[in-house]
Amino acid sequence: MAVVAVPQRRSWPRRPTTTTGFVSWLTTVDHKRIGILYGVTAFVFMLIGGIEALLIRLALARPTTPDAALLDADTYNQIFTMHGVTMVFLVVMPLGAAFFNYMTPLLIGARDVAFPRLNAFSYWVFLLGGLFIYSGFLLGGAPDGGWFGYASLSSLSEGPGMTFYAIGLQIAGLASLVASVNFIVTIINMRAPGMSLMRMPVFVWMTLVVNFLLLFSLPILAIGLFQLTFDRIWLTNFFNPTMGGDPILWQHLFWLFGHPEVYVLILPAMGIVSEVLPVFSRKPLFGYAAVVFAGAAIGFIGFGVWAHHMFATGLGAIANTAFGISTMIIAVPTGIKIFNWLGTMWKGALRLTTPMLFSIGFVMMFVIGGLSGVTHAVVPADYQQTDTYYIVAHFHYVLFGGAIFGLFSGIYYWWPKFTGRMFNERLGKLHFWLMIIGFNMTFGPMHILGLQGMPRRQYFFSPGQGWDFWNLVSSIGAFIIAVSILVFMVNAVRSLAKGKAAEADPWDARTLEWTIPSPPPAHNFDEVPTVHARDELWHRKYAEDTEGRPAPVVAGAQDHHQEEHGGGHGIHLPLPSFWPLFAALGIPLIGYGLMYHWSLIVAGVVTLLTGLYGWMLEPLE
Amino acid sequence: MAAEPHTAEHLPTATGLDNRKLAMWTFLGSECLFFGALISTFLLYRKNVPEGEIIPSEIYDIPYTSVSSFVLLMSSLTMVLALAAIQRGDHRQLRIWLVCTAALGMVFISGQVFEFTEFIEHGFTIRSSVAGSAFFLLTGFHGAHVTVGILMLLTLAMLSSTGRLTQEHTLRVEMIGLYWHFVDIVWIVIFTLVYLIP
Amino acid sequence: MGLLAALLGLLLAACRDTLPQSSLNPAGPQAREIDALFVPVFWIAAGVFVFVEGAILFAALWFRRRKGRQANPVQTHGNTRLEIVWTVIPAVILAVIAVPTVRTIFALAEEPVGPDVVQVRVIAHQWWWEFEYPELGVVTANEMHMPVGRPVNIRLESAEVPESGVDRKAIPVIHSFWVPRLGGKQDMVPGRVNRLTLEADEPGTYLGQCAEFCGLSHANMRFRVHAVTDQEFDAWAAEMKEEAPAPAEGSPEAEGAALFQQFTTGAYPDGFSCLACHTVDGTVGGQVGPNLAGFGSRQTLGAGIYDNTEANLKRWLDDPRAMKPGAIMPDYGLSEDQIDALAAYLRSLE
Repeated sequence: MAVVAVPQRRSWPRRPTTTTGFVSWLTTVDHKRIGILYGVTAFVFMLIGGIEALLIRLALARPTTPDAALLDADTYNQIFTMHGVTMVFLVVMPLGAAFFNYMTPLLIGARDVAFPRLNAFSYWVFLLGGLFIYSGFLLGGAPDGGWFGYASLSSLSEGPGMTFYAIGLQIAGLASLVASVNFIVTIINMRAPGMSLMRMPVFVWMTLVVNFLLLFSLPILAIGLFQLTFDRIWLTNFFNPTMGGDPILWQHLFWLFGHPEVYVLILPAMGIVSEVLPVFSRKPLFGYAAVVFAGAAIGFIGFGVWAHHMFATGLGAIANTAFGISTMIIAVPTGIKIFNWLGTMWKGALRLTTPMLFSIGFVMMFVIGGLSGVTHAVVPADYQQTDTYYIVAHFHYVLFGGAIFGLFSGIYYWWPKFTGRMFNERLGKLHFWLMIIGFNMTFGPMHILGLQGMPRRQYFFSPGQGWDFWNLVSSIGAFIIAVSILVFMVNAVRSLAKGKAAEADPWDARTLEWTIPSPPPAHNFDEVPTVHARDELWHRKYAEDTEGRPAPVVAGAQDHHQEEHGGGHGIHLPLPSFWPLFAALGIPLIGYGLMYHWSLIVAGVVTLLTGLYGWMLEPLE
Repeated sequence: MAAEPHTAEHLPTATGLDNRKLAMWTFLGSECLFFGALISTFLLYRKNVPEGEIIPSEIYDIPYTSVSSFVLLMSSLTMVLALAAIQRGDHRQLRIWLVCTAALGMVFISGQVFEFTEFIEHGFTIRSSVAGSAFFLLTGFHGAHVTVGILMLLTLAMLSSTGRLTQEHTLRVEMIGLYWHFVDIVWIVIFTLVYLIP
Repeated sequence: MGLLAALLGLLLAACRDTLPQSSLNPAGPQAREIDALFVPVFWIAAGVFVFVEGAILFAALWFRRRKGRQANPVQTHGNTRLEIVWTVIPAVILAVIAVPTVRTIFALAEEPVGPDVVQVRVIAHQWWWEFEYPELGVVTANEMHMPVGRPVNIRLESAEVPESGVDRKAIPVIHSFWVPRLGGKQDMVPGRVNRLTLEADEPGTYLGQCAEFCGLSHANMRFRVHAVTDQEFDAWAAEMKEEAPAPAEGSPEAEGAALFQQFTTGAYPDGFSCLACHTVDGTVGGQVGPNLAGFGSRQTLGAGIYDNTEANLKRWLDDPRAMKPGAIMPDYGLSEDQIDALAAYLRSLE
């Protein structure tokens, strides 16, 4: 790939220029490569989180006694905590980030994000934050207080585990906060000429909403985490009941972040599904404006429902009523989206490819999760449901059946664009069917178990409760899911090794990313496109006949596809840089310093400041 | 003359605002929530002390803190003067006003440090009570923000004195000015809610 | 397939069952009130499920691109009337559900008053339950007695932790009090007092469990509620206030009673006392460990996790932490003879 070489002003160290090889991945500032880094890292964490889940299901496959459990209490508490932390913060969020990174500039017709080095910095900080949390396993104990870390257990517990949690999440949160600024500026400021907000693809809208949610919710979590860190390390009193601290304060701060967070987790998948369904139905998204406004409404109302996680904590009848009602209200825009997706499929000409199957699967599984969510909003019913497997069922239906299915839809849909290869359709469908069967076997029965009185977060369960059968079914289902993931991995490897080469637009799709080669050149677009309509590519290919059906535009007028043999001369791309990685390394050093020795804090601050100054002072080209 | 708003590639932006200025405004939006959570915690805990201990409002020295607040306010004025200087191309004045702003900031920080050592001697510490934890976390983070601002101001001054801060970099001064004014406004809110309101 | 199995299971579960800890097996007015709200909502949700999923499945199958089928569908962009319909209808359904929901929230929050009401104070510890009956002057642990057909007004707290004198210390954390067959759960938060009303229709034993993750042995923090007739309840309360009869001299029970006051082991050569943490006086609360008055009549030990058999009790006295991870009570290094005597004594406390 040609990189424009410009004579550099004499400065040391010189900026790296290479774009191939291992080192180039450490210094890349290309949004597409950063997207791949996020995606691959998230996938590795998914495998780890998945193994943690399999261990949980092995432990709960059969009833036993407290002293004969497969996993002892201490191990189990770390495993279920890390499963939650991993899946939420190290899998679903970064998978979303992978798509934001790769796709946002392509979908809005830009060459890169607003701040490419800041983008790289976000990735490295995320990776280091995840490693920091996991280092607990090697350094005396991983976090063991639940992914939600309720005080005062989290603030008073012995062992380093919850300190790794408090500091590690802080680090990961910083990555997302920095990225949110980047993407908000990119989407608001860098759209191609003619792309008004209402011509943006729905995925870009969802990205914008998600990043605003992160921007406003992460600081609240940050304060809670600082308070937790201070309580644990310096014995302050924020959550210490003996001194008059209120553990419920933690819950308010956590869920003020935590509830918008679940919309952060689901909206990217909803955005993907809003792209995939139209392409494979050969119809535009039904009710674009409604879907966009519903997404924004969900984001906004999402800040007003947080205490529905706290119905049993004793907030009082009035507060419980208020939050019960606000939770019911948020079901309305969610329903609007589901009906609009149905409307997209209705009277379409559906191609049931793998990405389409995953998108349809998303909608069907999310309906179930949404309905169980409505039953939680019936507050007195929640007094029975909360802290049971009924809740576990609900959030897995929306986060796995929802977010993960949607993200897999995106992976399969954009796979040809990312890799330049097609994947094997039969293996893709096998993955889908195994996964949807295994998923429902694992989590469907949990609704029943919860209603039958099985609480969460226990390392074993006893015989005589009537829970034996469904727990076994659930555990078997989990292993079926594992097999489906293996099928995916085989498909991925085969495709990369010898998959059919992919053209620019293998799906006959609707949006701008399909106008450039697969995989895209570093500079994305030879010429910044001018946008005349929503679904710009579709309108270049097809006009509507008298019945409103698509008719191909006369060939010749269609010559907007980019030359495959690479134009793009004279385009200045931001050069790679190692300062983002260098600066990022300072942050976990500070974290370890807080836990072990002040010299590490000094080292970390020096590293960070050096990195920031180097970053600021290096020549732009 | 301020440089025209542009992306790194000198393409026009959809809002007409430079990417970096928009980024600073966006970041300050999140900082509102950051300090909002700190202030809310303090308001919840302000009277939460063990039996027989003093509540924070009993040991404040309002006149003293008013003076240091005034100092911080003045630093915002010097910051405005610094920006005006670079906008009209007067780099020497720019450096003078930048250093003044940083110096006033340092006076503010010193005032805080002195005030806090007094509190600590009276037995009011970050550990002595829940109110103490909330008070010192809030003011501590504000002080940290001021310190970071001072660092950035001195960096700007240094860059200017080595000739690396040119007219093109007016935006940088503007961005740091934005940050500095924000930190000042947060202090006004803190001073009002924490010190003045009983 | 799996979806259908889960669906059917769900539908079946919406009926009643006979399980001991199931919210679908209500045995008191509070649980029944919740059930009466949940079940209709469930059926409405099931109806919506069938309608929506049916439509999606239908669309996915019927509108597949097939030979001879129009491959270029009409490019419909939307339909404003439909948008309104499918905004309003769900909103109306939710509004309808909201009315009984709010009514039930307030009904359950109301504190029962009157001479009939039994007052109980439950204090959660890591990982056991202290039950205090302030009007009766009775304290017990892990098994709560209540009269049938009378509302019990339960105050819920989380313990201020006294010094234990051993190597482990309990910390004050959030727990949750839950007896599914009798009602919903309510958290027990350090520094706060929450309130719950429960009532049992029929005599019986109802299982309860801590429902807020509280540390190492959260899964081992269970309790039982014994609903009995008024006479049985009064008799039980009276018995708890009586001092246990002194065991016959020279009997193993007497030896155990003496050891309970003071025992010496290799690890504790200067002697230690069970009374440092426990009491056998059914009127005393605030101890480090559970009140053991009437221990012999309890169904379980270790806070509801093991049957109260001689074998289990001896295993417990030998090494509690092997049976319950994180238990404050350590292995004191008691000899087999000492254990036999103590077990005999404890089992004699009726």
